[in-house]
Amino acid sequence: MIEVKNVSKKFDSLIVLDNVSFNVGDARLIVILGPSGTGKTVLLKAILGLMSVDSGEVLFDGKSIQAIDESEIYEIRKNIGFVFQSTALFDSMNVLDNIALPIIEHTSASTSEVKDKVTQILEIIGMSGKEKLYPRSLSGGMKRLVAVGRALALDPKYLFYDEPTTGLDPIMRDRVVKLIIDLKKNHAKSGIVVTHDLDTAKAVGDEIYMLKRGKISKLKQIRKEVYNG
Amino acid sequence: MNLFSLIGDFSTFFFRSLFISWKIRTTKWRILEQVYYIGIGSLPIIIIIAIFTGLVSIVQTSYQLIGTVPRYILGTTLGRMVMIELGPILTALMVSGRCASSMAAEIGTMRVTEQIDALEIMAIDPYRFLNLPRIIGIFIALPILTVISEFVALICGAVYAHYFLNVPFSVFNYGLTHYFYAKDFFGGLVKSLFFALVIAASGCYFGFKVKGGAKEVGKATTYAVVTASILILVLDFLVALVIFG
Ligand SMILES: Nc1ncnc2c1ncn2[C@@H]1O[C@H](COP(=O)(O)OP(=O)(O)OP(=O)(O)O)[C@@H](O)[C@H]1O
Ligand SMILES: [Mg+2]
Repeated sequence: MIEVKNVSKKFDSLIVLDNVSFNVGDARLIVILGPSGTGKTVLLKAILGLMSVDSGEVLFDGKSIQAIDESEIYEIRKNIGFVFQSTALFDSMNVLDNIALPIIEHTSASTSEVKDKVTQILEIIGMSGKEKLYPRSLSGGMKRLVAVGRALALDPKYLFYDEPTTGLDPIMRDRVVKLIIDLKKNHAKSGIVVTHDLDTAKAVGDEIYMLKRGKISKLKQIRKEVYNG
Repeated sequence: MNLFSLIGDFSTFFFRSLFISWKIRTTKWRILEQVYYIGIGSLPIIIIIAIFTGLVSIVQTSYQLIGTVPRYILGTTLGRMVMIELGPILTALMVSGRCASSMAAEIGTMRVTEQIDALEIMAIDPYRFLNLPRIIGIFIALPILTVISEFVALICGAVYAHYFLNVPFSVFNYGLTHYFYAKDFFGGLVKSLFFALVIAASGCYFGFKVKGGAKEVGKATTYAVVTASILILVLDFLVALVIFG
């Protein structure tokens, strides 16, 4: 369970997060909707401790990441996968090495065990046979899938997706949405999906929140008016 | 940022990169990769520089000395010049131009494309993953390159002296070895160890601190090379003062 408690963050005079609170229960996906530039990415990075907050705290299974030291944050992060909006794949490594890196770094798996694990992940994300390709020769959608794959490498309990479907064609978007749902249902991943795509939000979200002008509010149902107004 | 906080930040960064858990099981491969990239990759340019260093030095030295002192002094002088000063400093400056810049560019690009954040999220310490192998790699590679460059420079000097200055190998060799002090050779190597540290620290530091995009990455590479070069000269003076002063 992740608890976000009264998190505030501003850049100079720009208030991006204003007393934001919500919880992510186990095996649940929370969707955060919001127009471009409201602070969705900032919120995710604040939750993960990649960005400091001005006030408030974030608790992972009861442990506040604002109160613990770096090595403990790293321990928590081994349970977290994050799919960056920009994918942030390692461009000097091929698909195999991208996904294998966290496994090699954090487990004592043998080379063949690592290969098996990566093959298994590639199957889940539907990218079998693409291990030798480099990020520069992947399409935007394929990069997104590999980024999900890399986030899955350590079998994390939590998955965070920053705009996983933005800029994809409908077919690729369906693939990513199906993957997110599959991961939640069959692999018990909980987490947060940030998006400004209403269809994605409806398809994957157990609960849907709207972030706007720093404030977060829970939506009972999504209507276009809410989003625009 | 003022100069003092920059120096503080720079040193903190350097020690933070070194005094961490090394996780040698996975880090050793990354260190070897850097030794290979820095060492083998820089070898051709270092050899070219060394050839001309040897030639220029012997021409200059003979111009200044021949006729006033015994000819074997040519070997002595060239040996000292190359081992104490020219070998370490020219090698370091070349490697700095080549490696401080590429370190800053590579790490800086990883910063702006969020690849460093990605490491953080995977609980992989970027200081260990990116900086440590570069610092250790160059710490191993630079002294080796320096020795190679000194060797090449002396050979070239000796060959030139033999064929063009009428100083046979045996005479040159007498001057070189008879007045050889271990301090000269090892003093030069100690310098190159310090140079290695500042090259890697500058490259990694300015890459790590990039904020923005392509333009800032470009600036970072310039800062890295300029800072490394200045620090090399400053350290050259300080170490010389301690060892030879
Ligand atoms: N490092 C930073 N320094 C200063 N301002 C920042 C920084 N990061 C983000 N901001 C500002 O915070 C606001 C929120 O940015 P954020 O990236 O979170 O938006 P977003 O909701 O993710 O938008 P999008 O949907 O386009 O990704 C923006 O106005 C941005 O300019
Ligand atoms: Mg965003």
